[in-house]
Amino acid sequence: MRPSADPINPDRRAAWLIRLGDDALMLGHRLSEWSSRAPTLEEDIALSNLALDLIGQTRAFYQHACKLEGGMRDEDGLAFRRSEHEFRNVQLVEQLNGNFADTIVRHVLFSAFAYPFHRALSRSHDPEVAGIAARAGNEMAYHLRHSGEWLIRLGDGTAESHAKAQAALDMLWPYVDELFASDALDREMAESGFGADPAQVRPAFDSAVERVLSEATLERPPAAPGHRGGRDGVHTEHLGHLLAQMQYLQRAHPGASW
Amino acid sequence: MTEAPTPLWEVFIRPRNGLAHRHVGSLHAADAEMALQSARDIYTRRGEALSIWVVPSSAIVACDPADKGMMLEPTATKIYRHPTFYEVPEEVGNM
Repeated sequence: MRPSADPINPDRRAAWLIRLGDDALMLGHRLSEWSSRAPTLEEDIALSNLALDLIGQTRAFYQHACKLEGGMRDEDGLAFRRSEHEFRNVQLVEQLNGNFADTIVRHVLFSAFAYPFHRALSRSHDPEVAGIAARAGNEMAYHLRHSGEWLIRLGDGTAESHAKAQAALDMLWPYVDELFASDALDREMAESGFGADPAQVRPAFDSAVERVLSEATLERPPAAPGHRGGRDGVHTEHLGHLLAQMQYLQRAHPGASW
Repeated sequence: MTEAPTPLWEVFIRPRNGLAHRHVGSLHAADAEMALQSARDIYTRRGEALSIWVVPSSAIVACDPADKGMMLEPTATKIYRHPTFYEVPEEVGNM
């Protein structure tokens, strides 16, 4: 990294990467909650694989952020020793697993955003960010395909699976806009060539989701005022419960390791 | 409520160029696309595959174990069919 080519404060780059790590961490943790509880053995393993992909992305983004910060904290510190309002994930990814359709819809919505977003980010001028994003892009392409194929089968399946898929879509749709609501930091990162602007990938999201929904015979919910605030540390009631479970061990036994 | 049983699929993976697809196991899936995805998730977690096949188990025709004597037994006793009379050079690799 040549400092002259990058006039931005390293901490702001780190703060931006931590957002991406936080998104992946919460969704990865949510999916890990399915382990041993998924509808079939095959899907149990599939969901655990997706969870591990996301935890891997989290670690890569956190590690790079910690390096940019100058080593004042490490990846475990970011994951286990921050409180609710310090996390910067979008609210979609902290939503409950609910039934299988809820989980699948949440995953379609996130991966339809994350796939084109990481593709764009893989052109970052920071080679490490570009590398992480290139790998994440490949992973999210599969996530989108897997969850998309499931949603098609749920929507175009039985009357009950259709109703549950549509209900999940209606419930989660208000969290979609936040994925693309770029703020000053997003734009600063995109303009400097370090990051990518989430607002730019909305058309790719729309066409991917449109294709899945039409095959799934599901109705795209009307645009409505959405939930916001995750990027500013404002979260729904679910995040605190998630953290209570995820952070318990490190809080009770600080520094515990395998 | 009764449900039709989810179809069974046999999974074959080709681990490297030059090797044949090898049967690695089976799984349940509603259709071919989901079977392929499950095969990817279950049998290639550590990067074992260059290629994956899934085949409906119902499409496999198997010999009857009761016919073992007629079908399989005689070949083992014909030693002239076994290429054990020369050594395979190491450079040949997988055969």
